[in-house]
Amino acid sequence: MISIEKMTAIEISKNIKNKKISTVEVLDETIKQIKEKDEKIKGFITVAEEEARKQASLIQDKIEKGELLGPLAGVPIAIKDNIDTKNIKTTCASKILYNFVPTFDATVVKNLKDAGAIIIGKTNMDEFAMGSTSETSAFEVTKNPWDLTKVPGGSSGGTCAVVASGQVSCGLGSDTGGSIRQPSSYCGVTGIKPTYGTVSRFGLIAYGSSLDQIGPVAKNVEDCATILETISSYDRFDSTSMRRDKYNFISALKQDVKGMKIGIPKEYLEKGIDDEVKEAVLKAAQIMKEKGAIVEEFSLDLVDYAIPAYYIIACAEASSNLARFDGVKYGYRTKEYEGLHEMYKKSRSEGFGDEVKRRIMLGSFVLSSGYYDAYYLKALKVKRLIKQAYDEAFEKYDLILGPVAPTTAPKIGESLKDPLKMYLSDIYTISVNLAGLPAISLPCALDKNKMPIGVQFIANCFEENKMIAAGHALEKELSENFVPNFSLV
Amino acid sequence: MSTHKITDEVIDYVGILAKLELNEKQREKAKHDMEEMLEYVDKLNELDTENIEPMTHIFPIENVFREDVVTCGDGKEATLSNAPEKKDDGFKVPKTIEG
Repeated sequence: MISIEKMTAIEISKNIKNKKISTVEVLDETIKQIKEKDEKIKGFITVAEEEARKQASLIQDKIEKGELLGPLAGVPIAIKDNIDTKNIKTTCASKILYNFVPTFDATVVKNLKDAGAIIIGKTNMDEFAMGSTSETSAFEVTKNPWDLTKVPGGSSGGTCAVVASGQVSCGLGSDTGGSIRQPSSYCGVTGIKPTYGTVSRFGLIAYGSSLDQIGPVAKNVEDCATILETISSYDRFDSTSMRRDKYNFISALKQDVKGMKIGIPKEYLEKGIDDEVKEAVLKAAQIMKEKGAIVEEFSLDLVDYAIPAYYIIACAEASSNLARFDGVKYGYRTKEYEGLHEMYKKSRSEGFGDEVKRRIMLGSFVLSSGYYDAYYLKALKVKRLIKQAYDEAFEKYDLILGPVAPTTAPKIGESLKDPLKMYLSDIYTISVNLAGLPAISLPCALDKNKMPIGVQFIANCFEENKMIAAGHALEKELSENFVPNFSLV
Repeated sequence: MSTHKITDEVIDYVGILAKLELNEKQREKAKHDMEEMLEYVDKLNELDTENIEPMTHIFPIENVFREDVVTCGDGKEATLSNAPEKKDDGFKVPKTIEG
């Protein structure tokens, strides 16, 4: 039997179609990979072997009958554990949802199943996606496959780690302030945060509703474009879903970058950035120039204001979104209580972890009377200024090129001691969410410790195709092999 | 605006709003964390936003109207399937009305 460990999603489905391997064999091999590797990596919270087996034989049938022809037919895919999967436990990596089994599929999961993809399991994350290292999970600490003493990044660290370690070819994450792109950068994989409203949030357990988007994580740009095209759709179940004219992301892979204008914000390269990360960005710039793009530095205002504005808005929305976890309808309920009010308070206090409580409290504070104008409204005004700064940039440039994170992955345990420092790891990703823009993160270099460094292309709203074309062009010119060589012993 | 003091009253009030119960140690930590965070986000006051409209949504969002037609059918069992406690066809909660 051929090995699927190093295959992309598209290669797997091609091999199934050509009868080199069956859907059931692919699943067997995937489960074997997970059993071998995940004891060390701890990327999965739940492996849905039984559900996946049921799907696999049905899908093999449909492929043989010619009913399923798409590029994801028969491909096992990992799903971040904040995305609802029918009959598969969905915990948000929180004690408060430790036993929650959704009775419906998120729209993205439905779209994937319709395309013949097989949901293989649910991946670890920061609790409720609040964190940048996946360490705030109530259940386990995911390891970076490139160095098991380091974090995979977050909050979609589980998805990125299981893709990087070859357990699956691809997965879904969610990105509220960089939660797909930053762990993709730390783990040496590719991830896309789409334009706000492109991918349905129905079935995504909400953190910051005005910022959240689901997106793909995979081994290359082609797989990401393919998954994005599969999961994107207008959805009447999501009131912020946008009806787009086209969802033709795969076609961007054929697009040329010659003459494309790319700007690099000079503020991104000035301070707080690791020299090797800076070199990686300049290397990407050089490659793009050689491919015929016009690359120059420009000034992007307000870089330092994105994180404070983000935390006010995200925490405010979180405090409201997480009000639904009260021990009545689902999840954890405290054992002893007197009266309804105490039950709410104790269930929530025992069910939520520290970072989640910290953000709910900050959010409640900035929305409270007397402080609303000074904090929440102020942040929404700054959000407009940030959006305007991007609007001006996109009058001049097709794309913005920059780093994903200031450093490569930090050691496990280093970040939680100082939350403010951890928040800074999202400095280059967070404003993209505030402005609703799409961005792609892909590995570009390795540092002296052989840890991957990612770069990102940011596009204007609805212009994913430009960044997919640029990412695809860049990726083809890189000589590095972005496959970690980790030891299982 | 530059110096806040998160007093005991403020933290108690936030606890009520957030429906969270904190012990003494957690309370002190929460006060410290929130003060540090507020000091950090005060950076926004460097920006003049006097004549700037707050931006809630990136794209113009309009109300969507539709006919009120039942489409899902009876989801009673599914709705109750995750309840920590249930009785008959409802969620079971502690007594809420004093009488």
